[in-house]
Amino acid sequence: MSAPCASTVTSRPSSQTREPDRAQPTTSRRAFLGISVGATLAAPALAAAGEHASALHQDRMGVLVDLTECVGCRRCEWACCDANGLPHGPLHEYDDQTVFEARRYPSPNQLTVVNRAKSDQTEREPVHLKVQCMHCDKPACVSACLVGAMQKDPDGPVHYDASRCIGCRYCMVACPFEILSYEYERSLAPRVRKCELCRDRTRDGKLPACVEMCPVEALTYGRRSELLALAHDKIARHPDRYTDHIYGEHEAGGTSWLYIAGRDFASLGLPTVGPKSPAALSEAIQHGIFRGFAVPIVIAGLLGAVNHLTKEDHK
Amino acid sequence: MSSGTAHAAVRRPRFFTPGSIAVCAVAAVGAAVTLARFALGLGATTNLTDANPWGIWIAIDVACGVALAAGGFTTAFLVHILHRERYHPLLRPALLTAMIGYTFVAIGVATDLGRWWALWHVPLPKMWQPNSVLFEVAMCVMCYLNVLYIEFLPVVCERFRGRVRLPGRLAALDHPAERLLAILDATLGRVITVFVILGIVLSCMHQSSLGTLMVITGAKLHPLWQTPFLPLMFLLSAFSVGFPMVIFESVLASRSLRLPPEREVLSMLARIVPVVLGVYLLARVMDLLSRHVLGLAFDGSRHGWLFLTEVTLGVLAPFAIFTNRRLRARVGWLFAGASMVIGGVVLNRLNVFLLCYTPVHAGAAYSPAWTEYAVTAGYIAIIVLLYRFIVLNFPVVEALEHRSPLAEPSAELSRPVLKPHTRPAASRRRPLRPRPDRKISHGPTGSAP
Repeated sequence: MSAPCASTVTSRPSSQTREPDRAQPTTSRRAFLGISVGATLAAPALAAAGEHASALHQDRMGVLVDLTECVGCRRCEWACCDANGLPHGPLHEYDDQTVFEARRYPSPNQLTVVNRAKSDQTEREPVHLKVQCMHCDKPACVSACLVGAMQKDPDGPVHYDASRCIGCRYCMVACPFEILSYEYERSLAPRVRKCELCRDRTRDGKLPACVEMCPVEALTYGRRSELLALAHDKIARHPDRYTDHIYGEHEAGGTSWLYIAGRDFASLGLPTVGPKSPAALSEAIQHGIFRGFAVPIVIAGLLGAVNHLTKEDHK
Repeated sequence: MSSGTAHAAVRRPRFFTPGSIAVCAVAAVGAAVTLARFALGLGATTNLTDANPWGIWIAIDVACGVALAAGGFTTAFLVHILHRERYHPLLRPALLTAMIGYTFVAIGVATDLGRWWALWHVPLPKMWQPNSVLFEVAMCVMCYLNVLYIEFLPVVCERFRGRVRLPGRLAALDHPAERLLAILDATLGRVITVFVILGIVLSCMHQSSLGTLMVITGAKLHPLWQTPFLPLMFLLSAFSVGFPMVIFESVLASRSLRLPPEREVLSMLARIVPVVLGVYLLARVMDLLSRHVLGLAFDGSRHGWLFLTEVTLGVLAPFAIFTNRRLRARVGWLFAGASMVIGGVVLNRLNVFLLCYTPVHAGAAYSPAWTEYAVTAGYIAIIVLLYRFIVLNFPVVEALEHRSPLAEPSAELSRPVLKPHTRPAASRRRPLRPRPDRKISHGPTGSAP
């Protein structure tokens, strides 16, 4: 049942991942530094071209979700609440199957939820879908946030910093997966809530809580590039088991969370999202109009000229 | 100020009338609910959800507010840049509307912000995030609001110069205050064009960026509105609604203040409107054709009907009215046409920010809570009251300046008695610019752009 090469990718804590900083090999980090220095130097040129240097790490991490393996035990929900200090009952309460009757979305107290997809006649087993922040490679929320409260870590996670946030909720409007939730009930200091890919745990060399908890082989944490290779391999080996689509490989410009399943993702309830980051177009427009402030300066100059010329006319 | 109210009772319309008292009631309810919002939070006072994080406070108070304040920079362009002096009587009312309007855009934003107390983060360089369209909008609106206050300062100078009477011991400061006003007035007179140009540039920047704001929502916004040219559409529609807003407000203010409407000037101004509307419509249609989605307008869906309403009632109908010389000459039609353009732009902003924004996840649809309506209505009421107060107490409406039609013929004679708050004679006034508006009838009529 389990995928043959899962063990090679599943990043159980190894010597490598116990490094103080992040789960990155040193050589790669050095390369990354080189890339980022180069990118910094090249930034003005790239910015002028309306494109931004990608500060993403080659070895950035992600999670592969194999929906054909998921049994809908909701242990990941419990582990998530536990790791994030959110209220949760004892584990056995999560065996309650009645929650599947209504479709649920992440909320301030549940950063990930598992839904049961509407049954398809051809399937013997029901299909379950765990949803959480997808941690896009080019996140719309990061592009939208005017105070930089949303940040993409080079190694994968999209991080929310409440100390910067002003609460405009433009990130929520921008998110193509509509996965962010808001603490509307808090009166003074509401926060945006989302999965952080357990960046505090992975920094300490631990697995994300949901991945660690998963009793089957549904969740695999590892380098995104390797997870993609694994997913492609699985699909190639079992074409009868999987549809030939890795959700998240290209969606919204690529995401850290990747899904493979036995049927098409729209029928499971994942939104159909195009291959470009929503931020790509808006940033191109914005930087196109305001490149070097040329357009505003030209408009100001024209207005000054017209003001002067028409004044002459009237005299 | 206290004696001024008593004085206004003699010479000008009263501030409090049955109508304005009703408006005060709406404002009071709005203010009370606003306090509740800050005390209890967004959850208790709005129906916002994770799928619909923006409601009418953004769609109406902010998006419509910014668009409808476009009268300020468009009229400033006409009078200060093109020197069409005959439109001068409309300049200060338009400027005042923009100033109050933008003030309440800012207040509306603060009301909607979950962490409003952190708003000061926005201008901090260490927080800057120049990829964000909202960053550009926020910075421009902040700057423009200050530019508007500066543009309005000459009115304040004019109001108080030669009439500074501070109470009690503060009277010793009368002379320095006068000096300050004199310096301010003289300086502003010289540099006002710079601020006017800055104001127009900032307006163009954020009016368009307000459209770019919704580009990032992608497929969530219906294809009849979602286009890379959204900034252009927002800019053109802001241009198109500027003069109709001036007409709308001038007719209403004349009526409320019992002044004769500025029919001739408004009629001339109305001739410009169809030109802008035409360009806007052309851009809209060309964009829809190039994306092959014009057909969606006629598919009988709710979105299709919203689009058709927006374009026929908001663009085509006023286009027909304003191109008709006979209709344009009548105040009733001018008002109707202006109201249609305004309604069209309001519907457009509502469509983009609310009505045709479909969340990815089908959940409960957002419908605003009564508290949300109360705050929005309250802010509009306060805008109206502020406008009325400032018009009655500052030299904004020229016709009200010279002599109110309500004033009895002896008003001129009674002037010395009411000295502190009586306008000085017209010859003593020091307007920013000569105002040849009284030459309207023999001015060059064919030269409007």
